[in-house]
Amino acid sequence: MIRRILFVLLALAALASPARAKDELVIGMTQSPGTWNPLISSMLAKSLISNMTSRPLTAWNADWKLVCLVCTELPTIENGKARVIDLPDDGKGGGKKGMEVDLELRDLKWGDGTPVTAKDVAFTLEVGRHPLSGVASAEFFKRVIKFDAKDDRRFTMTIDRVTFDYNSMGLLLLPAHIEKPIFEANPAEYRNKTAFDTNSTNPGLFFGPFRIVEIVPGNRIVLEQNPTWTGEKPYFKRIVVKIIENTAALEANLLSGNVDYVFGELGLSLDQVLAFEKRHKDKYDFIYKPALIYEHIDTMLDNKLLEDRRVRQAILSAIDRKAISEKLFEGKNPIADGPISPLDPMFTPNTKHYAYDPAAARKLLDEAGFSDIKNGVRHNAKGERLSLEITTTAGNRVRELVTQVIQSQLRQVGIELRIKAEPMRVFSEALNRRQFSALAMYAWVQSPEGVPRTLLYSTEIPTAENAWSGQNYPGYRNPAMDAALDGAERELNFDKRRALFADIQRIHAEDLPVLPMFFRVDPFVIPKQLKGVVPTGHINSSTLWIEQWRWEN
Amino acid sequence: MSRYLASRAVQTVVTLALMSFVVYLLIGLMPGDPIDMMIAGDPNMRSEDAARLRAVYGLDKPLLERYAAWAWQALQGNFGYSRTFSQPVLTVLWPRLVNTFVLAGLAFVIAVAIALPLGIWAASRPRSRIDYLINLLCFGGISTPPFWLALLLITLFAVKLGWLPAGGQADIRPGTSWLAALGDRSRYLVLPVTTLVLVQVGGYTRFMRGAMIEVLRQDYIRTARAKGLPEGRVRWGHAFGNALAPVLTILALSFGGLFSGALITETMFAWPGMGKAIYQAILDNDYNLALVGLLIATLATMLGNLLADLAYAWVDPRVSIEQSA
Repeated sequence: MIRRILFVLLALAALASPARAKDELVIGMTQSPGTWNPLISSMLAKSLISNMTSRPLTAWNADWKLVCLVCTELPTIENGKARVIDLPDDGKGGGKKGMEVDLELRDLKWGDGTPVTAKDVAFTLEVGRHPLSGVASAEFFKRVIKFDAKDDRRFTMTIDRVTFDYNSMGLLLLPAHIEKPIFEANPAEYRNKTAFDTNSTNPGLFFGPFRIVEIVPGNRIVLEQNPTWTGEKPYFKRIVVKIIENTAALEANLLSGNVDYVFGELGLSLDQVLAFEKRHKDKYDFIYKPALIYEHIDTMLDNKLLEDRRVRQAILSAIDRKAISEKLFEGKNPIADGPISPLDPMFTPNTKHYAYDPAAARKLLDEAGFSDIKNGVRHNAKGERLSLEITTTAGNRVRELVTQVIQSQLRQVGIELRIKAEPMRVFSEALNRRQFSALAMYAWVQSPEGVPRTLLYSTEIPTAENAWSGQNYPGYRNPAMDAALDGAERELNFDKRRALFADIQRIHAEDLPVLPMFFRVDPFVIPKQLKGVVPTGHINSSTLWIEQWRWEN
Repeated sequence: MSRYLASRAVQTVVTLALMSFVVYLLIGLMPGDPIDMMIAGDPNMRSEDAARLRAVYGLDKPLLERYAAWAWQALQGNFGYSRTFSQPVLTVLWPRLVNTFVLAGLAFVIAVAIALPLGIWAASRPRSRIDYLINLLCFGGISTPPFWLALLLITLFAVKLGWLPAGGQADIRPGTSWLAALGDRSRYLVLPVTTLVLVQVGGYTRFMRGAMIEVLRQDYIRTARAKGLPEGRVRWGHAFGNALAPVLTILALSFGGLFSGALITETMFAWPGMGKAIYQAILDNDYNLALVGLLIATLATMLGNLLADLAYAWVDPRVSIEQSA
């Protein structure tokens, strides 16, 4: 019997696949992309793949510099390829300023040999603007009020306002020669009929270094070199991306060699990687890249207990964020002082920092009127108990741990904190409808030099009238903040804009409508043989430079 | 027989219609809608975007009106599009249904093939050492959490020994021989099927053992033995058929699982099946996908019950399906 079992096991071992050639890279990630159309929705899982098959017009590189990927030269005021202009009178008062931006496309071809032209740009803008196309955020498309093609590769776009991010165009192009007939047949059905989903391996959909040759939904995406790619030739001939949603199983796959590498942007959790590093330091390189994922606590300013900013300042002073970072994240997560990352060019180091200071917290609470302590909890003169509820996402172990530590630390200064963990969809509705009672802990994904307008501007408070949009969930209103946000968006001069961003950070740190916690890090576990992977820490992920990835034995 | 089948078919259609209504309402009444989730994931979305998208996806209409529109389309064979995949729901679900059927079906057949003889063996020697050992193993299987068992198998056979892949499906290149392809596909099935078999076999064995012990106590078995019939004939010819009827009920109820998926096993082994698809569709507010997935599971369960009823009549001549009709 034992001999039979051994025979079966040996037979299984013999069936093991032969060693993979080094021209193939197998990558694991935890999320399955939905629609492949680049305009219909934005999703990290999709962008990690589509970065290999196409490129945005412009992107931020690993040094946080804006670069041209599909265009030949980044348009700027200085090089004359961007200009402030007077817009023609629109019948609503006139006198409005706008901008013109000149772009020239690189010599690129779709996978079926059709050149990438200005027609593709014009068509992409048309789809983005159409009210029935199902594009999630139409803001960029609406800004472009005129498109003027000079020839197949050169065109000028007119923008309806003066804005500093005129040359930040993360636009992913649609192939007009394939998609236009589908779109024109029925724009309302375009999102369901797009060739990206009905004929996903059509080579004509891709112009990047790779093209998708196989999709097994929920399981894997296979990419092979795109023969029409005119840029630097990639090292790997074939890339297989496997979807393994459970991170423990993903780790086992990495260890067993079933996958070579796991996307740092969408793979193992930080605590997992910290433990992994201790056991497998010899085989892998570890990079903890601070990312633009901003962990914070929104305060509900309609709650009378929180309307005095001294209470909010006291809460932040009573939380030992440094100790939390060191104990839970081995100090890898940088502490946030506001919504702007220390890596961002717009960050100012002069922002007020709230160090852990329980004595200062107690003093602030006394000043705010919460000086009467009964059973360890502070009360004000009206007898109101300083008891708050913090809501967060259920199932996020790290966040649940952090809220427990905060609960314990706030108790030291006389604030009672009740923890409420809700499933993501329940939590997101509570946020969008502003139905959390006091505090809500979650994270934002931001972009470099991103003006936090939707988070802090007074007109961005979600209400039934604005269809619960806008992300100013605290309900924060401050004319000085509105002015700084407006100014920062319009200011073209870098130094002046930086000064306005400093104002935003200063006002935010004083008012604290949002309690900054940490900037999360993306933990990268890179096999020692895999070279060229450069984490960026922002929305333009490392796969945009996939042609630089290589395997060295 | 045909009258009975027609009657059951009508029952099935009515139940599915009611289920579709209940499930649609339940999904619609859950907190949050797809646009809420889009807003949460995209800070650049404006109020006009939210209003526009609610209109595009028909979410600005009352729930009952949305259900009526869906039901009318479904009657014409159009079950709608998945919001997340932008594809017809049947296109999204079909490969997953096949995957789940292969995984769960294989596990079901193996588990039953092991459990029935094991249960009979244990029942024929009650309170013997072998009975205690089988019971111990059964309880071990029943009480082992599938995710833990899956991780254990992955760690042992994929990480430590490196004999089997840790999860996913075989990546078959063009030009691979069918034998090699079959071998490669089979390797990826070994661990998830083993997990499911180990989890299921205990329960089935216990049911078979219990039913068999009950039958072996009956007077007609005693009579058969008194007549001097060999023990094998008593056990297989007289007892087994009668003991099978209650076990069939349990097996028939498991039939639905062959199509609705094994969420934990599928997740741990990255096996793209129905369980994961339905679970994710509910989380993502993908109404059509979740609804049709759940209806397929309902239909499979009802078909399983029908098969069980037919099997009763087959194993027990006292049961008449014509009377049931």
